[in-house]
Amino acid sequence: MSDAVLDKQVKKQKTRKRKVDPEIGVSLSWKTLKVQKQLIFMSVPIAIYLIIFNYVPIWGWVMAFQNYHPALPFGQQEWVGFDQFKFLFSDDTFLLVLRNTIAMSFINLVLGTVTAIGLALLLNEIRVKFFKRIVQSISYLPHFLSWVIAAGIVATSLSIDDGIINVILMKLHLIKDPIMWLSEGKYFWGIVGASNVWKEVGWGTIIYLAAITSIDPSLYEAASIDGATRMQKMRYVTLPGIKATFVILLIMNIGHILDAGFELQYLLGNGLTIDYSQTIDIFVIKYGISMGNYSLATAAGIFKTIVSVILVFMANYTAKRLGEERLI
Amino acid sequence: MKAVAKGSSRVEPVVFHTLNTLFMLFVVAVTLYPFLHTLAVSLNDGSDTLAGGIYLWPRAWTMENYKAVFVSGTIYHAAFISVSRTIISTLVGVFLTTMLAYALAQPQYVFRKKIGLLFILTMYFNAGLIPNYFLIKNMGLLHNFMVYILPSLVSAFNLIIMRTYIRGLPYSLTESAKIDGAGDFRIFWKIIFPLCTPVLATVALFIAVGSWNAWFDTFLYASSDIKLSTLQYEMMKLLGSTMSTNNDPSMLAGGQNNQTQAMVTPASIRSAITIVTAVPILFVYPFLQKYFVVGLNLGSVKE
Repeated sequence: MSDAVLDKQVKKQKTRKRKVDPEIGVSLSWKTLKVQKQLIFMSVPIAIYLIIFNYVPIWGWVMAFQNYHPALPFGQQEWVGFDQFKFLFSDDTFLLVLRNTIAMSFINLVLGTVTAIGLALLLNEIRVKFFKRIVQSISYLPHFLSWVIAAGIVATSLSIDDGIINVILMKLHLIKDPIMWLSEGKYFWGIVGASNVWKEVGWGTIIYLAAITSIDPSLYEAASIDGATRMQKMRYVTLPGIKATFVILLIMNIGHILDAGFELQYLLGNGLTIDYSQTIDIFVIKYGISMGNYSLATAAGIFKTIVSVILVFMANYTAKRLGEERLI
Repeated sequence: MKAVAKGSSRVEPVVFHTLNTLFMLFVVAVTLYPFLHTLAVSLNDGSDTLAGGIYLWPRAWTMENYKAVFVSGTIYHAAFISVSRTIISTLVGVFLTTMLAYALAQPQYVFRKKIGLLFILTMYFNAGLIPNYFLIKNMGLLHNFMVYILPSLVSAFNLIIMRTYIRGLPYSLTESAKIDGAGDFRIFWKIIFPLCTPVLATVALFIAVGSWNAWFDTFLYASSDIKLSTLQYEMMKLLGSTMSTNNDPSMLAGGQNNQTQAMVTPASIRSAITIVTAVPILFVYPFLQKYFVVGLNLGSVKE
C-alpha cells in the first residue's frame, strides 16, 4: 500500500519534466536523470526510507477523527469529527498536562540558555588553556549519559537518607529535617530545571564559546583603548557578537516548546507529584499505550506537532522581520 | 590586559580571576561528585551504605555488588544487545548518512533541495507516538531486534553536519575526478569518504551515544521480550523498583542471588549497574571530543 503511494510520488517527480532549478540551471529531464543515476541511487532509497518512517505514519492521524477500535476494519470505524479534540480541551487532566509541559519547557529554555551563555562568558575569561579545557571537558560529560542514569543520580542526590543536597542543607543549618524533594509537587519543576542544567550546560556552552572565540579581537582592543571595563566589553562586544547564534538556537528551541522532554519526568515522577510531573508525552503514553485509547492519544500528538510547526514558522518569520539570522 | 581601565583598580582583575577559578572548580565538583559518589557506593558493602556517611570513598570495600550484577545472565545478554545495536546502528548509520550527504552536497543534483527539505522538516514534524507505534507494529518490528536499528538510521541533524562538511571540501577534487572519468560511487568511496574522518568520528559518536542510551524503544516495542532487553532498560526497571520501594532488600536485580542478599541492596546494585552502563561512554568521549566540538559548530551553520 505505502510502497505504491511512494512509487507514484517518485514517478510523478520523474515525469514532471523540464522544471528548471533557478540556482544551478539543471533541468529535470530524462537526460539529467540518466547522467545523475548514481547520485539518485545514493539518495532516493534513503529518502524513501525517510518517507516510510517519518511521513507514512501521518496516515495514522485519521485515528484522531474516529472512535478507533483496533478490531474493526477501516470501513467500519466510527467517525466522530473533532470530538476527540473537544474532549481533550475540556479535559482538566489535559489542561494540567499542557500547563506542566509549557512550564517545564520554558524553565528549561530560559535556565538552559542563561547558564550556557553565563558559563561560556566565564570560561572565556580563563587564561590558563589547560585548565579551561579540563573544565570544559568535564562540564559536558553528563550530556553523554542517558536520562536513566541521570535520573538515578538525581534521585540519589535528593534522597532523604544521605542524599547530598539534604546533607549540605542540614550541615549549613538551612533546614532541620531532610526534605522529601521527590514527594512534593511544588519542587518538581525546579528539580527538572536544575537537572537539565546539570546535564546539558556544558554541551550548550560549546556553541556559545565558539561564537565568542570567533569575535574579532581588534574589537576588544578598540574597546580597551576607549577605556571599557570588563563588564562594558561584555555588554558592548561579546553579547552582540553571539546574538546571531543565540537567535538561531532560540528559533530551533521554540519549535520544541511542547517537548519538555519526558524521560526525566517519567522516571522521577510518582503518584504524589503527578499534578506537576505529567507532560503531553506521558499523557500520550498513558492514554495510548497503557489504556488503549488510541484516538485521544493521537489527537494530543497532532496538537503537539501542529503547535511546534506553527511556532517554528512564527519564530522564523519574526527573526526575518527583525533582520536576524533565520533557520529555514 | 596591560591597559587597566580607568575607574577600576589594579586589584579587580585578580579578584575576578580568583573568583572565576573558584567558580570553575565548583562546576567541576558539582559535575563529578555524583559519579564519584556512585562509584564509592558501588564499591561499598550494601548494608554498610545504609548506615550512611558514604561520600567519595568506600568504607567497607567489596566487589559483591558487581558480582551480584553479573550473577544474573540477564545482564550479560542485555549488554550483548546494547553492544550489538550500538555497533550495527553506528556502522550502517554513518555509511548511509555520508553517502546521502555526498549526493546532497553536489550543487547540480536535481533532487538536492527536495530531499534536503524532507529531512529538515522531520526535525519539527512528527506523526506522534501512536501512529509510529502502529507503523512499527504493521511492519512486524514489534519484538524484533531490527526495531533498534531501522527507525533511526539517518537523522536530519547528522545529515546537516555531514553535508556542511562535505561542501567545505574543495570541489575541484570531485571535478577533476569526474574529468578523469570517475563515477559518483568511486568519487564518494575513494576520495570523499576518506577525507571525512573528523566528521565521521563526530557523527559516529552521536549515533553510538544515542543508540547506547536508548531505553524507550525497548520499553515501547520490546518490553515483554527479555531477550531484547538492553542495559539501559534494565537500569530503568531497577530505577522504578528502587524508587517505589525505597531500600527494600527483597527487590534485587535478578532476584535469585540469595547468598549475597545480606550485603547487597538495591541502591548498591543500582550504583554498580550505573557504573557498568556509563563506563563505555566515559572511555570513549575524551578521545572524540576534539571532533565533536567541530561537528556541533558545523551543525549550527545556517542552511
